[in-house]
Amino acid sequence: MAETLRFHYEVDGNNFTSAGAASVEVKRKLRQLGFDAETIRRVSIAMYEGEINMVVHARGGSADVYVDKDCITIILADRGPGIPDISLAMQEGYSTAPDNIRALGFGAGMGLPNMKRYTDEMKIETVLGKGTTVTIKVYTNGANKL
Amino acid sequence: MKQYKHSVSLDLEKCKGCTNCLKRCPTEAIRIRDGHAVINSDVCIDCGECIRRCPYQAKKANFDRYEDIDAKKYRIALPAPSFYGQFVDLDDVDYVLQGLLDIGFDDVFEVARAAEIVTEYTRRYMSEQDISYPVINSACPAVVRLITLRFPYLCAHVIPMMPPIELAGKIAREEAIAKHPELKPEDIAIVFISPCPAKASYVKNGFLGEKSHVDYVVSMSDIYFKLIGVMKKNATPKATSQSGMIGMSWASTGGEASALFNDKYLAADGIENVIHVLDEIETGHFPMLQFVELNACPGGCVGGVATVENPYIARVRLQALRRYLPVSQNRLEKSDNEGYPEEILFPKDLEYRPVGKFDDDLTTAMQKMSEIEDLAASLPALDCGSCGAPTCRAFAEDVVLGGRSIDECIVYMRERIQKMVQYPGEE
Ligand SMILES: Nc1ncnc2c1ncn2[C@@H]1O[C@H](COP(=O)(O)OP(=O)(O)O)[C@@H](O)[C@H]1O
Ligand code: SF4
Ligand code: SF4
Ligand code: SF4
Ligand SMILES: [Mg+2]
Repeated sequence: MAETLRFHYEVDGNNFTSAGAASVEVKRKLRQLGFDAETIRRVSIAMYEGEINMVVHARGGSADVYVDKDCITIILADRGPGIPDISLAMQEGYSTAPDNIRALGFGAGMGLPNMKRYTDEMKIETVLGKGTTVTIKVYTNGANKL
Repeated sequence: MKQYKHSVSLDLEKCKGCTNCLKRCPTEAIRIRDGHAVINSDVCIDCGECIRRCPYQAKKANFDRYEDIDAKKYRIALPAPSFYGQFVDLDDVDYVLQGLLDIGFDDVFEVARAAEIVTEYTRRYMSEQDISYPVINSACPAVVRLITLRFPYLCAHVIPMMPPIELAGKIAREEAIAKHPELKPEDIAIVFISPCPAKASYVKNGFLGEKSHVDYVVSMSDIYFKLIGVMKKNATPKATSQSGMIGMSWASTGGEASALFNDKYLAADGIENVIHVLDEIETGHFPMLQFVELNACPGGCVGGVATVENPYIARVRLQALRRYLPVSQNRLEKSDNEGYPEEILFPKDLEYRPVGKFDDDLTTAMQKMSEIEDLAASLPALDCGSCGAPTCRAFAEDVVLGGRSIDECIVYMRERIQKMVQYPGEE
């Protein structure tokens, strides 16, 4: 049994231009490991959305990625404002992103719904004023198959 | 896998083993070994970036030479639209076409003409149901190769339509045979005048298992210097251009995309920008886009490494040349109002051919990655390049996967020596 691979990324909340860099890095690693295209895409979309959310809504945070043969787990943790109403936040199109962020093409309110759609499990833990932790899991559909 | 034939190579004599190209290769294909650069042909995409960066002109693009083309053949020149932007004070493309005949070509077929036809078919393709948006252009071979090596999910987004160079080669041969029925297909030499090594590789390797309609690829700068000697301003050219604004606009970024009359497009140029855009598309970041035009060279094909003029100047010149031209001179027949001929489509699906997978067995791959991570964490993160790898991380991969010795990192070595001096006998 191979040991779990673990990667840790700090997601800088002050540097908008580097938002998304960690998910690109993870994509590259999954490719080197030989996971199939579909798995890689699901993981990188979900992680990208989570990363962007931390930058846009929570002044940054950290991403921990755990790679097992049969499952990829990502824990996105921030010390932002928290989410007051999770089921509202999960609705497609719901967004509190400010206008200047929308002008950049973010804030369509599809981030959380897409994270759910592209992953097998998703859990949101949030405490108002303290922060949010989103855990997502993607079960790999047979690595190295291409 | 068949070895991919490249058109970018190294002049050992000139290479100083500096790290300029090493750092700029977008696919990390270059290493410095024994004092000079070495290119890993599995990952090189012939983008020409290393040629652009080498201060010693040690990296070169390999083309066919005009002199080597059998003069007994019926030689047809296929100038890329970017060619027209190379000439100072040119006010009519006809002078260029005449010049090509004057240096010895038997005929000329403008790639811009084929580009206009491809534009029409692309519009048709874009109006179909069930296509994966955004559609990505297939004209830049460096970009297409990059996608097949690195972007599995985007292979299905590349428009499955042969690039203008192919259609031009095909029509040129057919027209020549119609004009000269005594010619057999093999008596004809189709010669593309290329802005870049990527097109030369494209022709050498064929595409998706099919042989190209083009027989030779010569360098634009080579033909340019032959042409300026013979181009006369006073004599009226007999040749007449048959391309319009659209065909000519393919030479620079945004030309292909804007001709589709669909404003949901993005055009990006320069290989770093291209990679960035592809990463973003793959993460689903541009849901509103319908067409994405990507060109490996800065400014588009006018920025190819075999051009002579600065890409921005060439672009302005092309704009001036285009000004009084019809929008398009190559339209499909009115009656021909749906579908496209079989031969313009890819013969088969674009295949993802990943490179750089650590191992076929996932457990082994994971172990190797874990070793690489540990080693990379212990390296100084300077990315100085003196070990011959572009980054410390790439060096860690070379050590674990390629059997390089860790002692090749000079920073690591220096620290080790310092320790040995401070605490002798401990190692
Ligand atoms: N990490 C987070 N911290 C605080 N609020 C968040 C976080 N992630 C999401 N939200 C809230 O949930 C809403 C919906 O998120 P999402 O679906 O990604 O849409 P968008 O990011 O486009 O606004 C956000 O507008 C924001 O109010
Ligand atoms: S042509 Fe491009 S991909 Fe090939 S070695 Fe040079 S920089 Fe790298
Ligand atoms: S952008 Fe044009 S000139 Fe540059 S590599 Fe691609 S096809 Fe060649
Ligand atoms: S610090 Fe060492 S490993 Fe990193 S690039 Fe320089 S020589 Fe190579
Ligand atoms: Mg979001």
